[in-house]
Amino acid sequence: MQATQNSETAINPKLIVPFVNSVRSVFSTMVGTETMLDRPHIKAQPAPTYDVSSIIGFSGDVIGSVVVSFQRSAAEKLVEAFAGAPIPFESPDFADAIGELANMIAGGAKQHLGKMATLTMPNVILGQGHMITRLSDVPCIVIPCRTAVGAFAVEVSVKQLASAEVNTLQKEEA
Amino acid sequence: MRVLLVDDSGTMRNIQKRVLAALGQVEIAEAGDGVEALSQIASSPQPFNLILIDWNMPNMDGHALVLRIREKDKVTPLIMVTTEAEKSRIIAAIKAGVNNYVVKPFTPQSLLERVQQTLEKKLAA
Repeated sequence: MQATQNSETAINPKLIVPFVNSVRSVFSTMVGTETMLDRPHIKAQPAPTYDVSSIIGFSGDVIGSVVVSFQRSAAEKLVEAFAGAPIPFESPDFADAIGELANMIAGGAKQHLGKMATLTMPNVILGQGHMITRLSDVPCIVIPCRTAVGAFAVEVSVKQLASAEVNTLQKEEA
Repeated sequence: MRVLLVDDSGTMRNIQKRVLAALGQVEIAEAGDGVEALSQIASSPQPFNLILIDWNMPNMDGHALVLRIREKDKVTPLIMVTTEAEKSRIIAAIKAGVNNYVVKPFTPQSLLERVQQTLEKKLAA
């Protein structure tokens, strides 16, 4: 019970709401699918929620990563709706489409985080049981999402840096 | 009409191609990054009538590409089509020389309207 209370207090709505809105916008606009979202929760395990994952890194005033992780069957149907034609799971075009969906979700959220951030190119991992390493001091918040064709999850593990922290990081990089 | 689509996502280029088909007879060329786009522009037998450019791409990003194109070509209409929606980015793109700006995600109708608006302004100029 104590763990649940701690988890809920650690979820910062200012970080999560931009991703919630972005997911809804991307899927309704580009995929033609409405998305239902369940209550966000803190994730303890490093493994992504599902079998097909795209990861995008944040740098600048916001650091960390976002993973969009799909059930395989949902990914296949959502990619078909997005691309306008079925794409074989093993094809590089399939990973491209998954990466572009994640890119739009992260990009759409970025503008509402109130800070300047840069996104990395999306990396896509296909297959069960893959592991993703995240920043150890940033909680990973899972936003469970459901569509008519299956489930996916957006795993947000980002933090906004204070100006002093940004300056320190910039000096270290220089 | 000849259009160059510059985006590192083949899926996104295909989506744009389908939208542009509504314009009628359009010859489409594609590039996956800024370097490839400059090469296509240099080797093209005829100038492009319109170039759609993503911002975030490997090798050379869309902003750098716009600056490079505008060094020599002040007239070809350029539209940035990107997830970058911050005001500072839009201003930077306009300063670099884009004629219009479309934020992803977009509906087919919104992209088409922006393309038509850009081409009409070019004709009127």
